[in-house]
Amino acid sequence: MSGSYVAELVKLRKRSTTWVLFGTAMVLSMTFGYLIPYLGYVSGDDNIQTQGVPRAQVLADMLPGGVVGNAIGGFPVFAGALALVLGALLVGSEYGWGTVRTVLTQGPDRFTVLAAQLAALVTVLAGWVLGNFAASSIASAAIALAEGQSMAWPGPVDLLTGAGAGLLVLTTWAVLGAVLALVLRGVALPIGLGVVWVLGIEALFVGVAGSVLPELDVVTNLLPGVNAGALVYAALGDALGEAPPGVTDAVSGTRALVTLFGYLLVAGVLAATTVRRRDVA
Amino acid sequence: MGATRETGVLRDRRGMNETGTVVEVRRLTKRYGKHLAVDGVDLSVRRGEVYGFLGPNGAGKTTTLRILTGLITPSSGTVSVLGGQPGDSAVLARTGSLIESPALYPYLSGRDNLRVLARYASVPKARVEEVLELVDLADRAGDRFSTYSLGMKQRLGVAAALLKDPDLVILDEPTNGLDPAGMRDMRELVRNLGTDGRTVVLSSHLLGEVQQICDRVGIISEGRMVAERTVGELRGQHELVIAADPVDDARRRLAELVGAEAVRTEDHILRVQVEPESVAKINRMLVEAGIAVTELRTAERALEDVFFELTSRRETTDVR
Repeated sequence: MSGSYVAELVKLRKRSTTWVLFGTAMVLSMTFGYLIPYLGYVSGDDNIQTQGVPRAQVLADMLPGGVVGNAIGGFPVFAGALALVLGALLVGSEYGWGTVRTVLTQGPDRFTVLAAQLAALVTVLAGWVLGNFAASSIASAAIALAEGQSMAWPGPVDLLTGAGAGLLVLTTWAVLGAVLALVLRGVALPIGLGVVWVLGIEALFVGVAGSVLPELDVVTNLLPGVNAGALVYAALGDALGEAPPGVTDAVSGTRALVTLFGYLLVAGVLAATTVRRRDVA
Repeated sequence: MGATRETGVLRDRRGMNETGTVVEVRRLTKRYGKHLAVDGVDLSVRRGEVYGFLGPNGAGKTTTLRILTGLITPSSGTVSVLGGQPGDSAVLARTGSLIESPALYPYLSGRDNLRVLARYASVPKARVEEVLELVDLADRAGDRFSTYSLGMKQRLGVAAALLKDPDLVILDEPTNGLDPAGMRDMRELVRNLGTDGRTVVLSSHLLGEVQQICDRVGIISEGRMVAERTVGELRGQHELVIAADPVDDARRRLAELVGAEAVRTEDHILRVQVEPESVAKINRMLVEAGIAVTELRTAERALEDVFFELTSRRETTDVR
């Protein structure tokens, strides 16, 4: 297992796509968490960015106390979509390049290779989360220094809870992308379907159901995006300022946690079943 | 390449299989819906031999080779590879394969590709440099795989197949994309693999290559094995063509020597089923008997002719 895990890590580390996706996630996080709010803050009250939100609140959200929210606020939707792309690329490219047959004839059994892929994926996502926390911390500290504000950081429990919730959210999306790629044996269709679902269809479904047929909450509250948003909402607690897109209290944190683990379990079983039975052409 | 290094995957090949058969396939069938890709194939590969696996496109060669490497599950039949089930980790650890085309990571260098595969196979890193030297790619090993020519990709694919220093090497069209010099090098490499105690299963469309380097050949057509013999047997090396006068006297004497069933006459030419080493003895016997021998040669045909005859015969039979 360890050899396969290291091999998967090397492949991910040396693949430029991994870094492009990570960089994009970080740029999005910095742009929506700090750059746009700060420009809005320094340019005064009468601008669209701060409309409806007091300037003091905008500043408070950017200070070290709000670092968890800025680091993981975009995970349920934007970073989640990018994680899904990474998962789909990790598994789907093996079919596109035909390398799946090269790997499966090296020695490790199919379950070992699958487990190694998923373990390497989680490792890289943990790096994403830590990188996002580091970048957010630097940006928060810089703004606090520039504005002469408090350097009060969240406690270690809040930081760990936020990082754990963020990792689970990204892992769920990435594993769903990977399993979709495994089932469809490719890259393009899983990425297309997955991204359209994360960025559009799920929000549309939840919105339409909420306004026209509220009874459908039973179904929408089981959707991965809803639960990812709810988990981030619960992890942020009192630290949550302006809720980012997709972050809602549709379900409790505990239920969201259980639901996301349920998705991972189902995805794992589906992946293992597919890998065991499939002929590799 | 050494055959006796003890590094986990690099073992003494001499102790590998007491039965002498490395690959044993019986009544193998693979069905895709209504299409029967492999139809009751029997095949056996002996230890240390270079086995040529021939057939037209779509005959079922690659499907069979994929079954041998565990990539595909057969619909029915039994398959034994190195004494185990195809696809078992222990079997794969002793098998190197290049199936259809070299499938490696385009964004990694040749060396990194092999290092990644070495990680999966738990092979020492030093082995990577050995196989790069073996396929003459050490100079370009730092370049990305995507920048390689088809021939270089093919050679790297062979290097990947040899990474584990395997007891059994399965090569599917290893000369694809190689220039004449590359083909010659590949032929030497495969020949050396065979003399090194390894067992090689080689699928190729280049029948001249197969004729030169293979010990035995299996020919598959439309999913069925139509012949499995030594190259010599297939080419008719065990048949003598004799023009003699008087022909009846020659036939009688030959029948006394090798048996009547081994001698036949076609258009006043005698055809005799014997081992090639008996040629001198037969010649001497006929001459000492006062029979004029005007022609004496082995009825040797090119493997290519035999191949077309066997594969087209099957097509003709099916049409009828």
